[in-house]
Amino acid sequence: MLGKLSWSAIPTHEPIDMIASGLMILSIGGILIGITVKGHWPYLWREWLTSVDHKRIGVMYCLLAMVMLLRGFTDAIMMRAQQAFAAGGAQGYLPPEHYDQVFSAHGTIMIFFVAMPFIVGLMNFAVPLQLGVRDVAFPTLNSVSLWLAASGALLVNISLVIGNFARTGWFAYPPLSELRFSPDVGVDYYLWALQISGVGTLLGGVNLVTTILKLRAPGMSYMRMPMFCWTALASNLLIIAAFPVLTAAFAMLLLDRYLGFHFFTVGHGGNMMMYVDLFWVWGHPEVYILILPPFGVFSEVVATFSGKPLFGYRSMVAATLAICILSFMVWLHHFFTMGAGADVNSVFGIISMIIAVPTGVKIFNWLFTMYRGRLRLTVPTLWTIGFMITFAIGGATGVLLAIPPIDFIVHDTVFLVAHFHNVIIAGVLFGAFAGYNYWFPKAFGFTLDEGWGKASFWCWLIGFYLAFMPLYWLGLEGMPRRMQHYQDLGWQPWLQVAAVGALVILCGIACIIIQLVVSIRTRDRRRDTTGDPWNGRTLEWATPSPPPMWNFPSLPQVEGEDAFWHMKQLAREGEGQPAQPAAYGPIEMPKNSPTGFITAFFAVVTGFALIWHIWWMVGLGLAGAFATTLVFAWRDVAEMEIPAEQVASFYEAHPAGLLR
Amino acid sequence: MTTALTISHGGHGVPPGPSMDGPAPKRIVVSYGFWIFLLSDIVMFSAIFATYSVLVQATAGGPGGAQLFHLSTVAVETACLLLSTFTCGLMSLAVNIGHRAATYLGGAITFLLGAAFLTLEIREFAAMIAEGATPERSAFLSGFFTLVGCHGLHVTIGLIWLTVMMAQVATKGFTAFVHRRLLCFSLFWHALDIIWVALFSIVYLMGAR
Repeated sequence: MLGKLSWSAIPTHEPIDMIASGLMILSIGGILIGITVKGHWPYLWREWLTSVDHKRIGVMYCLLAMVMLLRGFTDAIMMRAQQAFAAGGAQGYLPPEHYDQVFSAHGTIMIFFVAMPFIVGLMNFAVPLQLGVRDVAFPTLNSVSLWLAASGALLVNISLVIGNFARTGWFAYPPLSELRFSPDVGVDYYLWALQISGVGTLLGGVNLVTTILKLRAPGMSYMRMPMFCWTALASNLLIIAAFPVLTAAFAMLLLDRYLGFHFFTVGHGGNMMMYVDLFWVWGHPEVYILILPPFGVFSEVVATFSGKPLFGYRSMVAATLAICILSFMVWLHHFFTMGAGADVNSVFGIISMIIAVPTGVKIFNWLFTMYRGRLRLTVPTLWTIGFMITFAIGGATGVLLAIPPIDFIVHDTVFLVAHFHNVIIAGVLFGAFAGYNYWFPKAFGFTLDEGWGKASFWCWLIGFYLAFMPLYWLGLEGMPRRMQHYQDLGWQPWLQVAAVGALVILCGIACIIIQLVVSIRTRDRRRDTTGDPWNGRTLEWATPSPPPMWNFPSLPQVEGEDAFWHMKQLAREGEGQPAQPAAYGPIEMPKNSPTGFITAFFAVVTGFALIWHIWWMVGLGLAGAFATTLVFAWRDVAEMEIPAEQVASFYEAHPAGLLR
Repeated sequence: MTTALTISHGGHGVPPGPSMDGPAPKRIVVSYGFWIFLLSDIVMFSAIFATYSVLVQATAGGPGGAQLFHLSTVAVETACLLLSTFTCGLMSLAVNIGHRAATYLGGAITFLLGAAFLTLEIREFAAMIAEGATPERSAFLSGFFTLVGCHGLHVTIGLIWLTVMMAQVATKGFTAFVHRRLLCFSLFWHALDIIWVALFSIVYLMGAR
């Protein structure tokens, strides 16, 4: 009846698990009860859960990322604490099978449920506004994507309470991840959570590529698009080309585990290297999927806060597309040691090093944008400068790792761990935080507190160096990654420094939360009444903050790069578009739809049932999802009309914004 | 692209190029988005194709393609699928002129040909499994069943979609929605054909030798 599920699936014998799950259930339960008591459900359902507005979906993606950051960071602190103590005779507090789950969950969560939703959220929020349009190409599909990502995150968190997570590392290499060596549900949680959220990511990629290529304001030619739109385009093209490969690889591993196939098994002709290849054919483009949008954020931030157009816009576009293409030709550098031979390794090593060229072009462009600009040291600028210095170090160690003989020495050591944290934290996360501080006033109508924002930046920056520079050293000393315990007492002081670094980063996270709370409390005196708090250059700053559901009363006519800057100049000279159109017309907008939320509900049901082999429930979940699709397909009216009076009264109440 | 490049620095007074016309009409946006989705589907197939090609010799002492494949059956399957693409095209013509009866007829024949293809494929699978050539037997057979089965699964989804669309034509008539969805359906059906051509060549023609 319940497949493999029984009471023994709840880890009552493991106190740390029980405390963690207890805290999680208490906090989720507390939030749900709070919402019920205050009667916020109708509002939440109407305005958020069923919303198909790209801005709200973007905000919810970012919220998902920040909540999951707390979960992923808890895992990080646990690992740092374990390694700070478990040297020589001491065994630490985490048994090996638990430690293995912690590092697997940490990697999976940070990549798929923190970095991905954060950048997807920023793209969702900003891209349609920057393109001067009212929504993405497929608004309801956008909501489906969001909720499928949330479903995957929920399944990963359920594994904390019911059953266990994978112990295979975040890439789940076979044969370890095969049924023979991982017979429990851990790998199944991993696979189904990522399959479900992966479908959401792919659909989101299709959506944004279609939006950028087919929906732009009149006059917005490709070479007038803001840099962030270019990087979003490149990133989403990579999603479309890379994610299906991951889906295929996971599907094969699932067939091995569920139906006894022999893709990657030991024996019967299975070939586990095939999985490793397929995984990294997705995995290497994935790191550029993650880093390109933050490159776009930094470009916007640098240009805005230097008060200058982006230096070398075209070379920036070319560099972005070069990275986009090259990222598909380097996957083998993730396993130089697996015996492809000297010739193959050399080719992949050289192509990997070539990627440093377009990346270097970008760094120089940002520097030249700042050069002789009137640089304002706001919080987004600090994140950008911190990124440029730190990322250059990460890039240099990346070039080192691209040299096969060096890779043979430091492969699978903490040197590698330090390298990818160096580029992902200092690149993706710093970019996400820069974007968060930059676009927050646009999303909510008030700015974030500068003091706490700066404090969070310094904590993260210093914490990062403390936590990861020792790992570079230890990697050169030969310390393997993923050790629950080690004998060499000489490593311990370095790992204790790293633990202190993690604590400093914890302070950085605390500062971000405090910054949010303080800013909400003092929002009345930090209102953005102009719609343009930073003296911006792109079209999102031409709307009131927060923008109305329809973004623009009529689509703006774009006359060149930095469209909004251009409009402001014309307005200052007393010509150009009239500040207010003669009359507002009615606006057609897509109607809210619960389709995404309900589909995701059935996705969780199906995923959970598949993990525990509850076959009737699988049927139920699939039937539910199919029925939801049918109901959606039979709707008669997809759009609603916002009457002209409502548009006019909105702009009367919000006198800000040039485009109104 | 060149026009866009010159215009971006040309400033005022230059006639807008095609990339500056503003948002595309809904019909274009929908079919364009669906094309991109189909491309991603083809990427997924290419990953499975690559795996199959790597594993094709890994028969682990079990039967290989030469013993298992019957090209005559596969030729009939291919004929069914290619013909169904033709009838699907005829259906699209009927949809364009808003002719209900012809749409139903085109849809019905497409469905029957697709169902015939599936029946033949399932019989082929059943015969192989009866001979002991199951996907558990070897990596080659795992790859074969997954690659061909994945295409078959797509055809099945296509048949369900076609049924739903016929029901939509019956209940809703040729609304803009139905038009766009039928357009996407025909793109989907033709894409399955393209994949089958690759499948037929790489799996069956090359494997039967």
